[in-house]
Amino acid sequence: MHIVDGALSNPVVIGGAVAAVGGIAMGLRSLPLERIPAAGVLSASFFVASLIHVPIGPSSVHLILNGLAGLVLGWAAFPALFVGLLLQAVFFGFGGLTVLGVNAVNIALPAVLVGLMFRPLLARGSPLQGAIWGGIGGGLAIAATTLAVAVSLMLSGDEFILAAKLVFFSHIPVMVIEALLSGAAIFLARRVKPELFIDTKGSLA
Amino acid sequence: MTYVLTGNDKPIGGFGGFRAKVTSLDPRMRIVMTAVYAVVVVSLSSLWVLTAALGLSLWLLAFSGLPPRKTLKRMAMMDSFIIFMLLMLPFTIPGTPVFSLWGLEASWEGLRRAVEIALTANAVILAVMTLVGSMEPVTMGHALFALKTPERLVHLMMFTIRYIDVLREEYQRLRTSMKLRGFRPGTNWHTYRSYGFLVGMMLVRAIERSERILAAMKCRGFTGRILLLEDFRFSRSDLLFSLALSAALAALVWAEVSYAAS
Repeated sequence: MHIVDGALSNPVVIGGAVAAVGGIAMGLRSLPLERIPAAGVLSASFFVASLIHVPIGPSSVHLILNGLAGLVLGWAAFPALFVGLLLQAVFFGFGGLTVLGVNAVNIALPAVLVGLMFRPLLARGSPLQGAIWGGIGGGLAIAATTLAVAVSLMLSGDEFILAAKLVFFSHIPVMVIEALLSGAAIFLARRVKPELFIDTKGSLA
Repeated sequence: MTYVLTGNDKPIGGFGGFRAKVTSLDPRMRIVMTAVYAVVVVSLSSLWVLTAALGLSLWLLAFSGLPPRKTLKRMAMMDSFIIFMLLMLPFTIPGTPVFSLWGLEASWEGLRRAVEIALTANAVILAVMTLVGSMEPVTMGHALFALKTPERLVHLMMFTIRYIDVLREEYQRLRTSMKLRGFRPGTNWHTYRSYGFLVGMMLVRAIERSERILAAMKCRGFTGRILLLEDFRFSRSDLLFSLALSAALAALVWAEVSYAAS
């Protein structure tokens, strides 16, 4: 899902960087210093989750769980996922440096949108109902991310249209897996720590 | 401390351990030069010049004291992610045909574009890993703060860096207990539900942990401000290094311009 340096056109790269700065600023505004430990530990757990490989047929996929991040963190998911991407690029060599903004927008914006849309629904009804909304949110976030990756490729040149389509369709199984996993995670969190999703003004933890 | 990020199996002793020349340079200068380097290399398009840029990155790797094989392996892993996209390019860009495969024409222009992207991506990510990735993660946080990155973003990053290993261990503990109970992953509902519970449990524990952290910090007089103590000095060797790298970059740009003119 990471785009590398040199593939995208300049307007896309610059637009992505500007949008990422805006998103990070919005996210930091919702993070008073008291909440930083919670956001940081959650950001670390999503980083660790992205190292988990889940089997699918003969192969395996690694998790992204940006939808779950958005559901738990709200706007703070933007800087949290950005930090994860930065660390991945610098220490693992995944992605690139100039495309960091584009990658952050592609992954974090769907997370934030899903969080805004579905978070209020999670605390309602039975844990199973919350889990179903969480699952829909988790699947939608990955769908939106692949779509955003496809769009950033297509905006950069017609030669990427085939690659963009392939990115989208090859990720349909990933969307299903992420939806199932997010749903199950929300189900467990609702059972074990129901107060997690009851909004006490200002969301997050 | 952060061996998930740095890949050291054992924490190295001393301050950042025993790493060669690049590590003794000013981290702020390394971050700035890496950004400049990335922007310059991305703007290049001549294949020869890009090959030279990749050579420069390899030279930096040799100079950095990072384990070369491991670093190159990580770079190759990134290549394996993008290889399909690159392989498609020759067939989707129209132009003079080079060869045909199953009735599809591969164009010379497409091949060139694919090579161009591969060279750029590798040159940049290698420079990023050698110049910035060779730092202690915590030092990178301090250097970014010294470079006027918003304080709260740096704090968020420091917490992430600090807790990645803790949570990785937590994940492994949970996985071990799953294994002990006979869990074997496969492509089925049971597997995905179990992994979902695993992630959910990690999140619940993470939040509870963060409550304890905040309480412990408050107990020690946390007022919402963390002091970032690290003294950076821009020394003569930093000046020499940044001048040499700038000169190399200028040479690349010059080569690109004269190549385009010819």
